Amino acid sequence: MTEHTITDPKTPDAKTSKATKYVSHLELGEPDKTFLDSNELIINMGPQHPATHGVLRVILKLDGEQVLGTECVIGYLHRGVEKIAENRTYTMFNPYVDRMDYVAAVSNGLGYCEAVEKLLNIEAPPRAKYIRVILTELNRLASHQLWLGTHALDIGAMTPLFYTFRDREEILKIFEKYCGARLTTHAFRIGGCQYETYEGFERDVIKFLDFVPPKIDEYEELLTTNRIWLERTKNVGVISKADAIALGVTGPVLRASGVKWDLRKAQPYAAYSDFDFEIPIGQNGDTYDRYSVRMEEMRQSLRIIRQAVEKIPEGPIMAKVPKVMKPPVGEIYHSIEAPKGELGYFIVSDGSTQPYRVRVRPPSFVNLQALDIMVRGALVADVIAVIGTLDIVLGEVDR
Amino acid sequence: MLDYITSYLGSNTTPGQAGNVFWALVYIMVVFGGISVAVMAMNWLERKALAHFQIRLGPMRVGPHGLLQPIADAIKLMTKEDIIPSEADKFVFWIAPLIILCASFAVYIVVPFGPTHAITDLNIGILFMLGVSSLSVLGVVMAGWASNSHYPLIGALRSSAQMVSYEVAMGMAVVSAILMTSLHGLGAYGVGTGTSGTGTLSMIGIVQAQYEQQVWFLFKFFPLGFIAFGIFAIAMVAETNRAPFDLPEAESELTAGFHTEYSGLRWSLFMLGEYAAMIAVSSIAVTLWLGGWYRPFANALTGDTWDLVFSLFPGFTFLALAVIAFVGVVRMPKHPYFRVQTIGLAGFGIVLGLIGLILFAPPVRDRIQDIFWFVAKVAGFMYLYIWYRATFPRYRFDQLMKVGWKVLLPIGIGVLILTAILGVVL
Amino acid sequence: MQPIVQPGMQPVATTFFFYFLSGLTLLSGVLVITRKSPVHSALALIFGLLTQAGLYLMLYAPFVAGVQIILYAGGIMVLFLFVIMLVNLERSQKEEQFNKQWLIGLLAAIALGALFIIVYVKGKSFFPVGIPQPIESNNTQQIGVMLYGQYMFAFEIASLLLLVAIIGAVVMAKKRI
Repeated sequence: MTEHTITDPKTPDAKTSKATKYVSHLELGEPDKTFLDSNELIINMGPQHPATHGVLRVILKLDGEQVLGTECVIGYLHRGVEKIAENRTYTMFNPYVDRMDYVAAVSNGLGYCEAVEKLLNIEAPPRAKYIRVILTELNRLASHQLWLGTHALDIGAMTPLFYTFRDREEILKIFEKYCGARLTTHAFRIGGCQYETYEGFERDVIKFLDFVPPKIDEYEELLTTNRIWLERTKNVGVISKADAIALGVTGPVLRASGVKWDLRKAQPYAAYSDFDFEIPIGQNGDTYDRYSVRMEEMRQSLRIIRQAVEKIPEGPIMAKVPKVMKPPVGEIYHSIEAPKGELGYFIVSDGSTQPYRVRVRPPSFVNLQALDIMVRGALVADVIAVIGTLDIVLGEVDR
Repeated sequence: MLDYITSYLGSNTTPGQAGNVFWALVYIMVVFGGISVAVMAMNWLERKALAHFQIRLGPMRVGPHGLLQPIADAIKLMTKEDIIPSEADKFVFWIAPLIILCASFAVYIVVPFGPTHAITDLNIGILFMLGVSSLSVLGVVMAGWASNSHYPLIGALRSSAQMVSYEVAMGMAVVSAILMTSLHGLGAYGVGTGTSGTGTLSMIGIVQAQYEQQVWFLFKFFPLGFIAFGIFAIAMVAETNRAPFDLPEAESELTAGFHTEYSGLRWSLFMLGEYAAMIAVSSIAVTLWLGGWYRPFANALTGDTWDLVFSLFPGFTFLALAVIAFVGVVRMPKHPYFRVQTIGLAGFGIVLGLIGLILFAPPVRDRIQDIFWFVAKVAGFMYLYIWYRATFPRYRFDQLMKVGWKVLLPIGIGVLILTAILGVVL
Repeated sequence: MQPIVQPGMQPVATTFFFYFLSGLTLLSGVLVITRKSPVHSALALIFGLLTQAGLYLMLYAPFVAGVQIILYAGGIMVLFLFVIMLVNLERSQKEEQFNKQWLIGLLAAIALGALFIIVYVKGKSFFPVGIPQPIESNNTQQIGVMLYGQYMFAFEIASLLLLVAIIGAVVMAKKRI
């Protein structure tokens, strides 16, 4: 019979209670400073805030309006996904990965399925690879559209949000017709795809490909040469090439700083080597460059989808996968180019049906570390713009 | 008593100048009521227009096409709990929205809806308008302070700093327009003589000067009048804390603005004051540059036929609105739930149509001309305000101040100097 | 001293408004010195300035009234309020309004007031009588003519002073944003 000690929450026992007030490293040096004593001020942004994309808490140390240092407090959305993976079989874990980056769920599934396929040493058939590419690129478009809308909203232009969500709606309709779900799609299976493309899939995709480019041109026309947009984004949140590489930042953030590194070209996976597309890079590494890189990526995604839809081969969509999956003992790290950066899966298998360890390398988590460098010396209003331009999703950061 | 009332009816001055208290009070009631209705209509228009810019519909349920939404909003705000922060200074907390409201509404006593259609015509009209609208800065500062917390205070100080900075640029633009009232010549470049050439600060006098010089000051010394108008148009958006200069009241910034702690009716007083201030500064812009109450081409297209053509505009406007209402009626879903809305919208359309028909009657037609053109021009400005809000991102605060001091002010001074030089030379 | 009434402008209830406005000005003056909170004092001062603008209007000097509202009430007092609010964030700054030497102060004020009254009563002949009031509609024009004609030098000196003050303020505050 175990003994329960009930601690009164109002007077916790000093020995058993471990909860202490979170003290940021920014104020450890000077706990007694008040608002009037100096110009330095520690303020707290979030975790509930109309601007931060998810439950992100940022503690800022300000001098007047200038930012001296930041600290991100994360973990408000931690759900223990990696621990759950240790108690699920490989197939059972597949739906969980969608919930990490819930904005662009298809890429998560792609990364995981390919990683397990590498462990099992099987390869998806070509038709499955093409379907995967089409859906992943549509998903990249959807993610960038959402990014554009929320980023513009943070900077103050409230209208593009509605337009980009309308475009995203078209993509989600295609997803729904394909696999039944709009957001957390669970589109792929280990070894290929479960569902054959529905009747009219190519027609829908081609209609979408004709529908979207004028819209992207419209957003560019509204924002790219707008004087207010330029003033809010040029030279704001600059990260140099060396800093970006040193911090391990990936994705459009890295490419905007001038590093030509895209996993679709550097380590091709899932039929990307069959397609002809370009990697846009920027020069200065400021918010405007990240905006331009993502806009151009949207156009390149359209290019890839068009080629894929034209060249899609016939054939089976699922490889020969054993009913009970027991990968050989070993470990694998496989990463893909998710819309937000390099999404990696490190899976350790001990020979049983359940993985020994699944470690996810989320791009947003690593990119978020660059916030501190980007925001030093900028003003408070820029912090929100920079968080928006990093394109983080807290589901991925916290897992 | 009756003599007192009827003695004014034949005069050709405003009630204030004639000293007729009764008619002055009547005009004040009419203007006050008109502005209140205009503010409610502006509230509705903003929500609908913003929604249509964002490819959605806006309020559709409360009344046909959301026409009764402002009333529902007013009722909601009035019945909300009135929360006062416990440490707040109660007197200052109470008086801050009143100051903004009184300052925004007091300027309407000089706004000229017609040559005699103003409550009064102070001979310092424009000075009075600028001065009293600058008193609303006091209300903003007090609102921020009375809330007894850092963020509204910082937001209030930022907001008031912005308003004060853009008042300077506004002043420069206004002075160059006032300079133009003292010119002799006709037309855009002042050739010939024909005008008295007395400068004046009175609002009615400024419009009369535009009539005598046979040009809207917008086109005077083109492009100088245009640039001055542009400066005023930008400064007035910043003065009223509207997008793209609405950082102090934006939700996604840290300091949530000076009206954070206000709830219910007090908050609605702020919004009322803001819309009234928008209409007031638009009236200044219309009076100074757009020829006030004169119809377009008042000097170029003269004669009875042209007068007749232009006098049909008010009636046709209301008839067009009635037609739009009936188109809406036809497109309503044919479902029993929508019956009340359909009937309501049809009734509204019938009322609009009747007003249009009344406006065709000759005695009404002649009198309503000035008011109609003035209100139409101000309405255009209101639509521009909403358009700006839907389109532009927001300026950061230091960029906002930079635009006010380093861009608008030098251009304003330059325009002023050039206007003065051209006025003397030509 | 009869004010010149211009054709077209009828004065309305002059006596009532004079006593009303003067009473309000005096009331606001008393409120300025008796309020505990500095913000309330500043508000009372603003009110006093506005009533004073009304008095200027009654003296047929509308330009001065307008400038009083714009500059004094809308500019200088806003600055006062800024300073009070920024410096005075703790509410405990409400001060004791009357100090210990109020008796001597009262005697001094009575003495000064008696002095003023004696000077006014006995020295009436020294005050100029019947200054012709300028035409109301020319108030702005007259001030402009004098300012830019007769008193041009003083005007330029004053504007130089203001320029020096602005530059000084900007230089002193410049090290922060």
